[in-house]
Amino acid sequence: MKHVRYLVPMGILLVLLYFLRAGLNLNPKEVPSPLIGKPAPEFSLPRLDQPEQRISRAELRGQVWMLNVWASWCVACRQEHPLLVQYAKQSKVPIYGLNYKDERTAGIKWLADFGNPYTASLSDRDGRVGIDFGVYGVPETFVIDRDGVIRYKQIGPLTPEVLRDTIEPLLKELNS
Amino acid sequence: MRSLLTRLVISLAWALACGACIAAEALPASDNPALEARVMKISSELRCLVCQNETIAASHADLAVDLRRQVREMLQNGQNEQQVIDYMTARYGDFVLYRPPFKALTALLWIGPAVMVVVGLGTLFVVLRRRSRLADDAFEPDDKDAPNDPHLS
Amino acid sequence: MIPEIGHFSLWLALGMALVLGTVPLVGAQSGRADFMAFARPISYLLFFFVALAFACLVASFVGHDFSVRYVATNSNTALPLQYRIAGVWGGHEGSLLLWVQMLVLWTVAVALFSRHLPKEVMARILAVMGMVSVGFLLFMLLTSNPFDRLFPAPLEGRDLNPLLQDPGMVIHPPMLYMGYVGFSVAFAFAIAALIGGTLDATWARWTRPWTTVAWMFLTIGIALGSAWAYYELGWGGWWFWDPVENASLMPWLLGTALIHSLAVTEKRNSFKSWTVLLAILAFSFSLLGTFLVRSGVLSSVHAFATDPLRGQFILAFLAVVVGGSFSLYAWRAPEVGIGKRFGLWSKESALLGNNVLLVVAALAVMLGTLYPLVIDALGMGKISVGPPYFDAVFMPLMAPTVFLMGIGPLARWKHAELPSLAMRLRWAAAVAIAGALLTGALAGEIRLVATLGLVMAYWIVGSVATDLWGRVHPQGLDWAQAPARLRQIPRALAGMMLAHLGIAVFCIGVVMVKAYEVESDVKMSVGDSTTVRGYTFIFDGIKELKGPNYVAAQGQMRVTRDGQTIADLRPEKRIYRVQQNPMTEAAIDSGLTRDLYVSLGEQVEGGAWIVRVYVKPFIDWIWFGCLFMALGGLLAVSDRRYRRAAGAEQ
Repeated sequence: MKHVRYLVPMGILLVLLYFLRAGLNLNPKEVPSPLIGKPAPEFSLPRLDQPEQRISRAELRGQVWMLNVWASWCVACRQEHPLLVQYAKQSKVPIYGLNYKDERTAGIKWLADFGNPYTASLSDRDGRVGIDFGVYGVPETFVIDRDGVIRYKQIGPLTPEVLRDTIEPLLKELNS
Repeated sequence: MRSLLTRLVISLAWALACGACIAAEALPASDNPALEARVMKISSELRCLVCQNETIAASHADLAVDLRRQVREMLQNGQNEQQVIDYMTARYGDFVLYRPPFKALTALLWIGPAVMVVVGLGTLFVVLRRRSRLADDAFEPDDKDAPNDPHLS
Repeated sequence: MIPEIGHFSLWLALGMALVLGTVPLVGAQSGRADFMAFARPISYLLFFFVALAFACLVASFVGHDFSVRYVATNSNTALPLQYRIAGVWGGHEGSLLLWVQMLVLWTVAVALFSRHLPKEVMARILAVMGMVSVGFLLFMLLTSNPFDRLFPAPLEGRDLNPLLQDPGMVIHPPMLYMGYVGFSVAFAFAIAALIGGTLDATWARWTRPWTTVAWMFLTIGIALGSAWAYYELGWGGWWFWDPVENASLMPWLLGTALIHSLAVTEKRNSFKSWTVLLAILAFSFSLLGTFLVRSGVLSSVHAFATDPLRGQFILAFLAVVVGGSFSLYAWRAPEVGIGKRFGLWSKESALLGNNVLLVVAALAVMLGTLYPLVIDALGMGKISVGPPYFDAVFMPLMAPTVFLMGIGPLARWKHAELPSLAMRLRWAAAVAIAGALLTGALAGEIRLVATLGLVMAYWIVGSVATDLWGRVHPQGLDWAQAPARLRQIPRALAGMMLAHLGIAVFCIGVVMVKAYEVESDVKMSVGDSTTVRGYTFIFDGIKELKGPNYVAAQGQMRVTRDGQTIADLRPEKRIYRVQQNPMTEAAIDSGLTRDLYVSLGEQVEGGAWIVRVYVKPFIDWIWFGCLFMALGGLLAVSDRRYRRAAGAEQ
């Protein structure tokens, strides 16, 4: 039995290899949101198109909705935008945009150029509401339920697979 | 012929202009260096989420600048370090803290090294003591030259 | 044409490595002298082909061959010559080729300088090194070919990352890799001994100089990396416990433990299985480091661009090499005897205590580095482990290690009399405490943690002085005999003293800069000044200038003390033409007792600039300390007995 201790290095190696292997499938930079299952933060922001009007969290209670964080300076947003425009046409779930740290005119022009899938876009010029939502990279998309609770966060651009396999079923479930 | 008043005014204007030219002891970059020092200290323990492993104190990224501003405002409003940390973790999770909080999940992390030292030194002690109790013939005989060889340090 | 030659050369090298990895090994197992004799010439051929490939890559860089994808992504027509050459190891593929180049360099060195080894041992060692080369060459050829072509060839390259366009970049990776890869020699010696059943004191004596030299290079490599980060990155820090930095520190700690453990094994023919395990571990951690840096598993400023396939390959390689070694260890090590006797309290046990502490330190670093990965892999969330953790854990581990460092050299072999040891060391203890308090007082304020750190540093100095005194004046004061006795101190011992002093110098640097650094963040218009610790920094404005591949706003700072101008500092904000990243170049005036560090922030309204000014006391001692450590190693390796052994062959 004294030979067992000579197997210890091998044992530790096997455990280590298991975790390193698992690590290859993970993204060390992805930050999961601690807000899933928690109420969306309080906010009240001016509309991008009509800045005199404001939209606040309270107004959106009672419905299931999506919040898409975007900006005219965001390259990856262009990637997901056509998908979003098309999805907005066929979906009954309202999509609100959060125009994050952007110039108003630049944002309006961007929507004119690339399409506007949003029921309305909110202007978050200094990014504070973004911080409250835990936004760290653009684009990001949130699914929020009737009670104002965040149920899902997509980090990075939306893809057809994510829409089809994750978001659609979730929206169906929340709307039923 | 300039009147006395005009000359006075012109002299005064010159004096003021030159006064502005006189080099001054540089003012601190921020209005409140003591506060700024606290901001930097807290920021140096927070991760910049858009960077590849940098603190928000060191990073030039937009989000880092925004979060530093947030820290500054919270401290100015009289909140303390723990409240700033709670604010950040509420939004970004424990990932944003470079000092992992001590909880059940990280107990092994924080206690591990101390345990390893105790186990390691303890094992060494036990092994050496056990060997010291063995009879001489369990060991190889000593060479005559080895202990005195000055070249073996 | 040249890239094709390079590529083909790598395939030939792989062939050579395969032969080297197998034929001599078979020869050693079956006693066939002709097979064993293959080892040396094949090593030379292997070196030739790798060197040829390396030369081809350098030529492609120097000649601006953008049809080679790696050149196009790491170079540019405006890139100055020295950075075109350094660009060879600026990215993943090229740095791998550098790794292999170093590996075959060490292989040839072993082939050349080990004529005194029995031919079976020699054959096995070179075979193991050959097998390691096979792994890396395969990795390169299958997943990371530096000679991949790009069609159509772009007219202009993307440029080397501006952060890397710096002298430090030219020398830091080669030094580092010499160290990392150098531990493969100790590894090969260990495997050869396990296979052949020849694990004994002689084995330890052979392995020691190779380990020391590798350790030297690694010390310099890490020190250069740290110094480079300090003056290049513009935030004034010199160590961030970044995963890649940790990846280099772990083998260093194990290598240090190995050097000390080899001393015990050489002296007493004991703890052999522990020493051989350390030899395997040091190189294993080098390989682990390679994995961590290149697989994308951890987030790091230093990490190379990655893809999962590469990560899988290295992991498989790691599994084979380390798994194979540990299996061999589990099979052979139990048969090894316990050697000669030594006491519970002795130099040997002090060395082993040091071993335990260094290994625990390495494991603690690994724990902190990999913990986030483990937690994530278990689906339990995401955490970060950064400098606050490592500082909190590492410093307390170093305290007992340094304490032992003071005792070990003075302890007797085999049996140390604790009371007389304590008596000898009482002066060192007194000096340590008094010195620490005095230093604090002179610095302006005595601080608790700083004092503890200084006590540690002066403790080492006191111990070395006591040791030296004891050897120069063994029976009381005798100045007539002193010079002769001084000369009689073997180089190995002198090297040890110098290396230990290096640690003391390093500690002083770290403590002083952490405790007594002063910073001033100010808004400066032309003519403004700020005074920090008696140094007056005067801002004379901004000059626009053009570099070879960048434009810069250069601050003109004059530093005076007591009215005398002592330095002209030129911090810059650069924009590199190709990559358009703004970069801060700090301006540093280095001195023996302090660095004056200035960096430019942003321009504010009114044309003033934010300027950061630091006075960093003794910060260069951090790197002087590392230099002394490396010199100590060099001194130790040049000891007569190694030259005697090598000369005996002639």
